[in-house]
Amino acid sequence: MNGIEPPVLQVEGVCKRLGGKAVLEDCSISVRRGELKVLIGPSGAGKSTLLHCINCLVVPDKGDILLEGERLDTRDKAALCAFRTRVGMIFQDFNLFDHLSALDNVAIALRKVRGMSRDDAAARAREELEKVGLGGRGGHYPAELSGGQKQRVAIARALAMDPRVILLDEPTSALDPELVGEVLSVIRALAKDGMTMVMATHQMDFARALATELLFMEHGRIIEQGTPEELLADETTRTRDFCQRLGELG
Amino acid sequence: MHSLSVVWHALPDILAGGAVTMVIVATALLMGLALGVPLAVGQVYGGPGIRRLIGVYVWFFRGVPILVLLFLFYGLFITLTLPVQPILICCLVLGCTSTAYQSQIFRGAIQSLPKGQLQAARALGMSDATAIGGIVLPQALRLSIPGWANEFSILLKDSAICFVLGPQDMMARTSFAAARTHEHLALYGATGVLYLLITLAILRLLKVLEVRMQVPGYAGTGQGATEWGG
Repeated sequence: MNGIEPPVLQVEGVCKRLGGKAVLEDCSISVRRGELKVLIGPSGAGKSTLLHCINCLVVPDKGDILLEGERLDTRDKAALCAFRTRVGMIFQDFNLFDHLSALDNVAIALRKVRGMSRDDAAARAREELEKVGLGGRGGHYPAELSGGQKQRVAIARALAMDPRVILLDEPTSALDPELVGEVLSVIRALAKDGMTMVMATHQMDFARALATELLFMEHGRIIEQGTPEELLADETTRTRDFCQRLGELG
Repeated sequence: MHSLSVVWHALPDILAGGAVTMVIVATALLMGLALGVPLAVGQVYGGPGIRRLIGVYVWFFRGVPILVLLFLFYGLFITLTLPVQPILICCLVLGCTSTAYQSQIFRGAIQSLPKGQLQAARALGMSDATAIGGIVLPQALRLSIPGWANEFSILLKDSAICFVLGPQDMMARTSFAAARTHEHLALYGATGVLYLLITLAILRLLKVLEVRMQVPGYAGTGQGATEWGG
């Protein structure tokens, strides 16, 4: 990695107020290629809102988003759509399109956004489903899949767009405990392949093992930031305190 | 026996009126579908001005009785010196009314979808138009079928009131035959049965459509929705 290359994703001074309450205050993140940044912190800290602000599903009140050095103009609808095709998003509750088969869930944006032919899109979709271990499930509808399978289809759907960075909003929080592993292993494989990702999660073992950096959020601010080793070794950090309490509960 | 023979002789004419009734109802339903969907989309996703405009339209056509609307449009046609064609006025009035009701069926269906569907579509880079056309409406229209079946049966019954303007529909022809023969009980009985049979046939058809359009894996949506259609 050379030093001149701009970060893949820069979030600068993002603020958001919802219902008169500040839910994000001056949040900044910089993500280089191949990094996995993990957002942790108590519920309501603003992790999910921050991820939604990054691709403007929630429009920030203030602040800048830069993708590969290019500043996003949130008022330019066409630019916003183009930006979103390059930023993948994985939701806590999957948000698969309920009326489409797994294959069509992956293929629809290739057709409607990328303008690919039905056959090409289907071929690419099959490839992506293969990668997340669901090659045989293309014909199944969301209601016929387990939670873990749904989330893997959602990952395939995001990957099919060839995103520069993927945002993951607590991708395993809505899953039964025995299904968490299959989704984490897909994400782990992505990290190993060098995919750039920003992920909110409560899976501390996963974060400790794979995160390039942990960002601890509370009351809408990123209050601590550093490698897992740094933050978890130091006895005085909020991060360590939080993780210990997670551990006690578990 | 006399009653039966009167009905028997009037039947071809009443059935021809049934065809007129079906033309009026089908036109109004399709007009309601074609205009109701965009109105619903506008009401959910449009700006405040558009929403208010649609709101006024819906309020007007849901609030004024169809009988009043029929004479109102009749008067409008005369004032504008347009050729007065009863069928056309009936189609227009029922179509505008059905548009108002159907728009609310579709609006309810759109709003009942999880917010995440539109979010996920946007997150993939779809424009709002693509997301609404490709993701929201295909799901919302499926959910609308039971409500739509209901709207059909109401519209079919409402169409009988059109006879005041004298289109040659089923109700109008029955009333002519009854005035001629004074066999009110038998004739209106027969016409009532005909309305029932049409309702039954179409509801069955819509039921088949609903089951066929059902997304695999979703149980319950198509079961026991209508007693008569099922």
